[in-house]
Amino acid sequence: MRADYGVGEISLRRASWGHGETAFWLIAVAAIFVFSDRYLILTEMAWLGLFALSLDLILGYAGIVSLGHAAFFGVGAYAAGLLAVHGIVKEPVLALVVAGGAAMVLGFATSFLVIRGSELSQLMVTLGIALLLRELANKFSDITGGFDGLQGIVIDPILGLFSFDIFGKVGFIYCLVVLFVLFLLARLIVHSPFGLSLRAIRNNPLRAAAIGIPVNRRLIAIYTLSAFYAGIAGALFTQTTALASLDVFSFERSADLLLVLVIGGAGYLYGGLIGAVVFRVLQDMFSSWTPQFWQFWIGLVLVLIVLIGRERMYRGVMWLPRLAMRRMTSPSRSAS
Amino acid sequence: MTFALETIGLDKQFGGLHVTRDLSLKIAAGARHALIGPNGAGKTTVINLLTGVIKPNGGKIMLEGADITGLTVQARVLRGLSRTFQINQLYADLTPLETIGLAVSERFGHGGDWWRRLGSRANVNVEIAETLERFHLLDVMNEPTGTLPYGKQRLLEIALAIATKPRVLLLDEPAAGVPQSERHDILAAVAGLPREVTVLLIEHDMDLVFSFADRISVLVSGALLVEGTPDEVAHDPRVKAVYLGEGADA
Repeated sequence: MRADYGVGEISLRRASWGHGETAFWLIAVAAIFVFSDRYLILTEMAWLGLFALSLDLILGYAGIVSLGHAAFFGVGAYAAGLLAVHGIVKEPVLALVVAGGAAMVLGFATSFLVIRGSELSQLMVTLGIALLLRELANKFSDITGGFDGLQGIVIDPILGLFSFDIFGKVGFIYCLVVLFVLFLLARLIVHSPFGLSLRAIRNNPLRAAAIGIPVNRRLIAIYTLSAFYAGIAGALFTQTTALASLDVFSFERSADLLLVLVIGGAGYLYGGLIGAVVFRVLQDMFSSWTPQFWQFWIGLVLVLIVLIGRERMYRGVMWLPRLAMRRMTSPSRSAS
Repeated sequence: MTFALETIGLDKQFGGLHVTRDLSLKIAAGARHALIGPNGAGKTTVINLLTGVIKPNGGKIMLEGADITGLTVQARVLRGLSRTFQINQLYADLTPLETIGLAVSERFGHGGDWWRRLGSRANVNVEIAETLERFHLLDVMNEPTGTLPYGKQRLLEIALAIATKPRVLLLDEPAAGVPQSERHDILAAVAGLPREVTVLLIEHDMDLVFSFADRISVLVSGALLVEGTPDEVAHDPRVKAVYLGEGADA
């Protein structure tokens, strides 16, 4: 056995689970009990977080930009709706996987158009695909219900055991569990050699190819996976709201998603989740203050984030907790 | 005789600009071959042609007797043709460990693994560690590459190319921009490259060229002017006229 000078241990430690992460998920679970009158907004945060996570996979890790990620969200949403309305797949979890699969097929097919070309052409192609799908959904209104949306969606109990209640508690727990499972999968992927190679490609595709990384194949794979995640997010939306209308494909949805990711920060997985929470809280806050002008304030926040820079803001917010942590850990450190 | 790397009548034009003209290079296995030439001679184009970044308009490129002219960049790497970059093209926010880990994972066929973490395969770990050790990078292996001294980054550049286990290595100005104090490490690393690796060095620095190469090709205006031993090249009147006469850093 030859020595590895701690290479294995260091690599594994970088991917190990941190205290902050445990705290994050404990808070998420605690929300079930603490905010029992706010299940609807919590549910929205959960599927929006998953949707943002899916964008983070391509934007934050692989460097693919998209202004049309709602395309996959919409396909997932309509697929879940149609599966329920026509009774093709009654059980929600199974329907979720099928709906995600539908988005995934679309993701794979369009990945070839998206991965080639500059960021600008990526923006245009993704935007175009989402617009195209929206018009198709409008055109085939006998299937999709057109402007009125899909009528008569009834979702069966989850696994045949848990029915969706009117307060949305089951819906929120369901979304949270799905989010957690898919988060774990994403976490596994980004710390794998595959995930690392995506970061290398984002940094410098030419250099990545020069050390033997098959750049296009990797980009196609992550784009397809991201479409699957977005499709699941869309299906969760439909299953928890019993709605599927044309606005699932809307440009605003894709644009808001970018906003969510910018607020939370791209490239560390939690950005999308934190962004989703902050975005919905801000939206809720601003719209109760000034129902007419909440978008003004959201815009202002966005400008501030970009100007001040997330790093500096984060340092400001984390100053007190950091200090507390240092106080708590310093005695043990001096003892060792 | 089969050469480690050979070009046959290689030709490249960008519009009306003829940058590579009927270039036939023969590089023997295990050679320390240098390609020199004044600025604008087309050295970078030759590298890009050899590595597959651009396609030639005519001619062939043979790697150990096999035609690789039509292969992609990464296919050539997997066949054993690697390069270093003149300007740092490293991953600033990745650590040396991760950077080398990428190349080693790819070579072992584990680059597509998505279900297990980097560091969970013992053979990959050992290979990473040995590469880092050879290039004196163990002490900084867990720091972001962007924060390392320039000399260390140049070492990582060479280490990364070696991590792909090349049979033929193209070294593009390995010592460019390195401060005098760190220069020695780079020269030692270049001199210490494994003998079984064939090296084609593209370099401005004449000290390095003449101390390192056992054969030199001189490129002028995209065409081969002279090829020979360092001694022959140094005393060739045409080289003196065209190359050294320009008052380059010789």
